[in-house]
Amino acid sequence: MNRMNEPRKLDGKWNIVVLLLVVVVYGVIQLLAAKEILLPYHLQVMGLICINIMLVVSLNLINGFTGQFSLGHASFLAIGAYLSAALTVFLGMNFYLALIISGLASGFVGILIGLPALRLRGDYLAIATLGFGEIIRVVILNIPAVGGPRGFTGIPRYTTFGLTYILAVVTVLGIKNFVNSAHGRACVSIREDEIAAGSLGINIIYYKVAAFAIGAMVAGVAGALFSHYMQYISPGTNQIGFLRSIDILIMVVLGGLGSLTGSVVSAILLTLLPELLRGFAQYRMIVYSIILIVMMLFMPSGLLGGFELSFEFLENLIGKFKIRKRGVSDGTS
Amino acid sequence: MAQANGLQVIDLSVQIGGLKAVSSVNLELNLGELVGLIGPNGAGKTTVFNALTGFCHPTAGQVFFKEQDLTNKPPHVVAQHNLARTFQNIRLFKDLSVLDNLKIAYHKHVGYSFFSGILRTPRYHKQEQKITRITMEILDIVGLAERAYEKAGNLSYGEQRKLEIARALVMEPSLLLLDEPAAGMNPNETEELIDLIRQIRKDFELTVFLIEHDMNLVMNLCERLYVLDYGVLIAEGSVQDVRSNRKVIEAYLGEDSPWQS
Repeated sequence: MNRMNEPRKLDGKWNIVVLLLVVVVYGVIQLLAAKEILLPYHLQVMGLICINIMLVVSLNLINGFTGQFSLGHASFLAIGAYLSAALTVFLGMNFYLALIISGLASGFVGILIGLPALRLRGDYLAIATLGFGEIIRVVILNIPAVGGPRGFTGIPRYTTFGLTYILAVVTVLGIKNFVNSAHGRACVSIREDEIAAGSLGINIIYYKVAAFAIGAMVAGVAGALFSHYMQYISPGTNQIGFLRSIDILIMVVLGGLGSLTGSVVSAILLTLLPELLRGFAQYRMIVYSIILIVMMLFMPSGLLGGFELSFEFLENLIGKFKIRKRGVSDGTS
Repeated sequence: MAQANGLQVIDLSVQIGGLKAVSSVNLELNLGELVGLIGPNGAGKTTVFNALTGFCHPTAGQVFFKEQDLTNKPPHVVAQHNLARTFQNIRLFKDLSVLDNLKIAYHKHVGYSFFSGILRTPRYHKQEQKITRITMEILDIVGLAERAYEKAGNLSYGEQRKLEIARALVMEPSLLLLDEPAAGMNPNETEELIDLIRQIRKDFELTVFLIEHDMNLVMNLCERLYVLDYGVLIAEGSVQDVRSNRKVIEAYLGEDSPWQS
């Protein structure tokens, strides 16, 4: 596969197909839920999948497309989750307003952290973001008003599956459009070669911070959705600490750095996997780890590598299929 | 002092640790000139380029281009003043397509915002079409149009050098700095390169400043030369003058050389 996909002008036609697909999938899920084929538990897992898609896709923008190795993504989730919960519980604020505010606040913190941290490279940046994540977690741990180490309880359940679904779709499409714009190309060029990017007039710090802020903003919104879905958020390392960051990172790497399709697929698989393995109880983390190791051994660049499911690809596939069919029928006649 | 209307470098010095890589270098380029910078390995030629384009900070001296002060400006600001450069060790985005390499270089002319990009407004579509048209035109000029959708890393060495020049051209520069454009090329490719540089200089009204070891290219192309040795400018002037300059011969071949040009 040396040749890359040639872009073609199909935008209009395929936009409608995507929109229809999104609506149909949503309709089918709601129908199945109404017929009680999908139980509330299933819907909850699907909602978590959508939240995880948002987290993974936003981290992929930072790690995969811009090439900045961040280990602190869960801290943006934490900011969104706690801030939105505080706003709705203590101030009785409208949930949607709280959602927007926590997204913006998260993005703002992303800029504040990004400005100094993104001057570092590679391992050093990873350590800096890890440290920042722990600071956020420890600060939250020491605020009694939001429950301290007990966690924040009694959060109203405002998040619905439908909302997570819509926001996941918006996130994926938005980030897809971003990386295919000139600004997204600037981010990718920084990943590929910072020196060359600078010589071409690209303000490296600006684009690194921009990618970081967009990623943080999406993660903040995902966090707000999360706390109002589970109605509880605790300051454990596997909830908002580095273990959660690494969970998200695993999904990004497994799906393929720089592949949005991969991010979506791996977010679905790795959210489902622990649920499916519930029957094995204490062995499930071992099975989960083994699956991860095997996948990395045989697919080191992730499930889909840099591959992107595109309409050009689908059209080619359909085209090939048609040719084969015609060939067969020609042979028999 | 007669002011050059293009590049003006005054007393440029760069110290790297205890080493004076470049000391008190003065350069003057008028617009439209094609000037070479030569010298033995390690003479500090690339360091001069790096100091001009913001990749290393001069310890003393000033850089002006079209009377704009570029001293100590970061690379992306220098690029905004219509300076473009290539690198000695090719720095393409190897995993991206040939066309994308050029599209990235159009960055400073892009006229739509983040939001236009995310929402795909009509402005985005119009601009993207323009970017594709312009980059394809330039690919055509360097003869790589057929390979637009290939990975840049899959091009041959000579093609990669050409692509790097094309990428610099997309920026619509008025001063083009070429760092050893013919390095690693065979004589045929060098001939093609000489033609290409002549052509783009005419078509794009460029001022060209180049570092090169290939004397065939230097003697054929350059109108004027600067010679650098151990960070010091030891000679300047026309190709003929430099060729017969005693200091230059000593720098290249050592003192008391039996060789005479």
